[in-house]
Amino acid sequence: MAAKISPFKSYRRTVRTSRLAQNIILWAIVLFWFLPVFWIILTSVRIRNEIDAMPPVWIPSGFSFDSYKIIFGMPTPEGAFGLGGSIPVINYARNSLVIAFYSATFAIAIGTMAGFAFSRFAFRGKNNLFLGFMLVRAIPGIALSLPLFVLFARLGLSDTIAGMVITYIALNVPFTTWLMDGFFRSIPEELEDAACIDGCSQWSAFVCVVLPLTLPGIAATTIFAFLTCWNEFALASVITRTPASRTFPPALFEFTGQFVSDWRGMTAMSVLMLIPAVIFVALVQRQLMEGLTSGAIKG
Amino acid sequence: MTTQPITTSKQLGFSLSEKQLPLLLLLPGILIMVFVIGFPMLYSLYLSFTNFSLTSPTHQFIGLQNYAKLLFHDSLFWAALGRTVLFMTLAVNVELLVGLAIAQLMANAARGQGFLRTIMMMPMMFAPILVGFQFKWFFNAQIGLVNNILYTITGQPHFIPWLIQKPLGFITILLAEIWMGTPFMAIILEAGILSLPAEPFEAAEVDGASGWQKFQMLTLPMLMPFIYTAMAIRSLDLARAYDVVSIMTGGGPANRTELIWTYVNRLAFGEHQFAAGAAMSYLTVILSFAFTWYLFRNLLQARWGGGRG
Repeated sequence: MAAKISPFKSYRRTVRTSRLAQNIILWAIVLFWFLPVFWIILTSVRIRNEIDAMPPVWIPSGFSFDSYKIIFGMPTPEGAFGLGGSIPVINYARNSLVIAFYSATFAIAIGTMAGFAFSRFAFRGKNNLFLGFMLVRAIPGIALSLPLFVLFARLGLSDTIAGMVITYIALNVPFTTWLMDGFFRSIPEELEDAACIDGCSQWSAFVCVVLPLTLPGIAATTIFAFLTCWNEFALASVITRTPASRTFPPALFEFTGQFVSDWRGMTAMSVLMLIPAVIFVALVQRQLMEGLTSGAIKG
Repeated sequence: MTTQPITTSKQLGFSLSEKQLPLLLLLPGILIMVFVIGFPMLYSLYLSFTNFSLTSPTHQFIGLQNYAKLLFHDSLFWAALGRTVLFMTLAVNVELLVGLAIAQLMANAARGQGFLRTIMMMPMMFAPILVGFQFKWFFNAQIGLVNNILYTITGQPHFIPWLIQKPLGFITILLAEIWMGTPFMAIILEAGILSLPAEPFEAAEVDGASGWQKFQMLTLPMLMPFIYTAMAIRSLDLARAYDVVSIMTGGGPANRTELIWTYVNRLAFGEHQFAAGAAMSYLTVILSFAFTWYLFRNLLQARWGGGRG
């Protein structure tokens, strides 16, 4: 009897050790990938002499929030270094959040409509139209920047939040359409038909049955749309000119000169920009996985 | 199975024919893309046939001269194009390998997935231009993190000009792009692995297959559609690579890290030859279109060709 059981025991032991080994490798890769992020966050609260020290100092002897004071224009012990008080960070933060919020919302609404049309209807030129949506994604912001600037200047949309929102909706629609189409296709049409037999109207079947099922998908789509808007640079740098509409990424570019001599401002700005994104992703990462797992991205 | 329209106008309660409804649903998306992307692209198409420049007030129609010059007299354009293709190929393959490893390990992990996933996604959350600044700082010759690590390990100062030396510059921009792109690959592939049916794996378990055998014989073949999709999306992103490289090296020194879009930017804005830049972006966009068409044609067939998949 014992002889028969032992192979199973040793099998189980191998499984357990390989699980452990796998977890160690996983944590090692993830932490290695996280290292640059960790270094940015740590540097943003370090003392200046230790950042530039030669030979390098690895273990901080103390912490300082001077880099954040620099960003917010507050006086630092060594005096401001050219940035002091001149950067309206609060404006940039507000613009970035407002623009990302409205663009992502509209892009998802439009993408949901388009995705539904692609997934549930047969119509002429469907494949070509879908391909057309995808081709738009192949055009980078840098190719659009100057002609869009000229167009917006004529229409009075330059340097306005509305101009930025319109631009970002257009940038996001192809990807949101593509994802939403996949999510709708992963929901069997029979569900809607059943709801209709039970007396639901087609419209209420869509709102009450289909839409709730795509919520994880919408969460996943929201993450990608939000991050695109939050981080876009090439178009923001030509459309926005003043703190009235300027977002974080082009604002960062304004003090490039200072970065070369003092990288603390860059690290502090990185951390500030990371916070909303991390909160957002941490909140919806489960739905993101659920949404993506439902089969939307397959094929 | 062909997709049948399930929504008819009567059921919706207002009079729309079945052909009009999908078009109505698609209209907002089409309109906004025509306005923001279509019009500007037409305008720059027109400009690419002129000698328009930001510094001169007038411009004339010069036909195909800009295109001819690029195609036949500009070796930098071809070099940048080749470099972009190499950049794309290397980055997308490394990202796939690392992303696949992370995805499989993450899918196996029993605990801490949410935490690991959030940490793992952080590179995706940074603005590309911030990633550019960060890596420019890490690879700085005097005070960079990498040279500092070498200093501590070897006990003597190293001032390796990572961003400037011949192959190193290209490798550093590649590393930055890979660091930024791998999480996306990992997330998509993990979702793919989690959505695979359990039965084949249970059967393999009974037959005593090892973890590696299961990965090789079951996971990998079934994951192919996801791998294809993730690679298609990342390739397109990489073909548009601009922000990171522009901040780290600006394409220099001596065009050693010049990719197609940093070169467009240099021509159009740096050397005030906007029309030439527009012509070059058109050539590149046409190439990208061909590439996109090739990638998505297969995906589309999988989508609607053989029923829902």
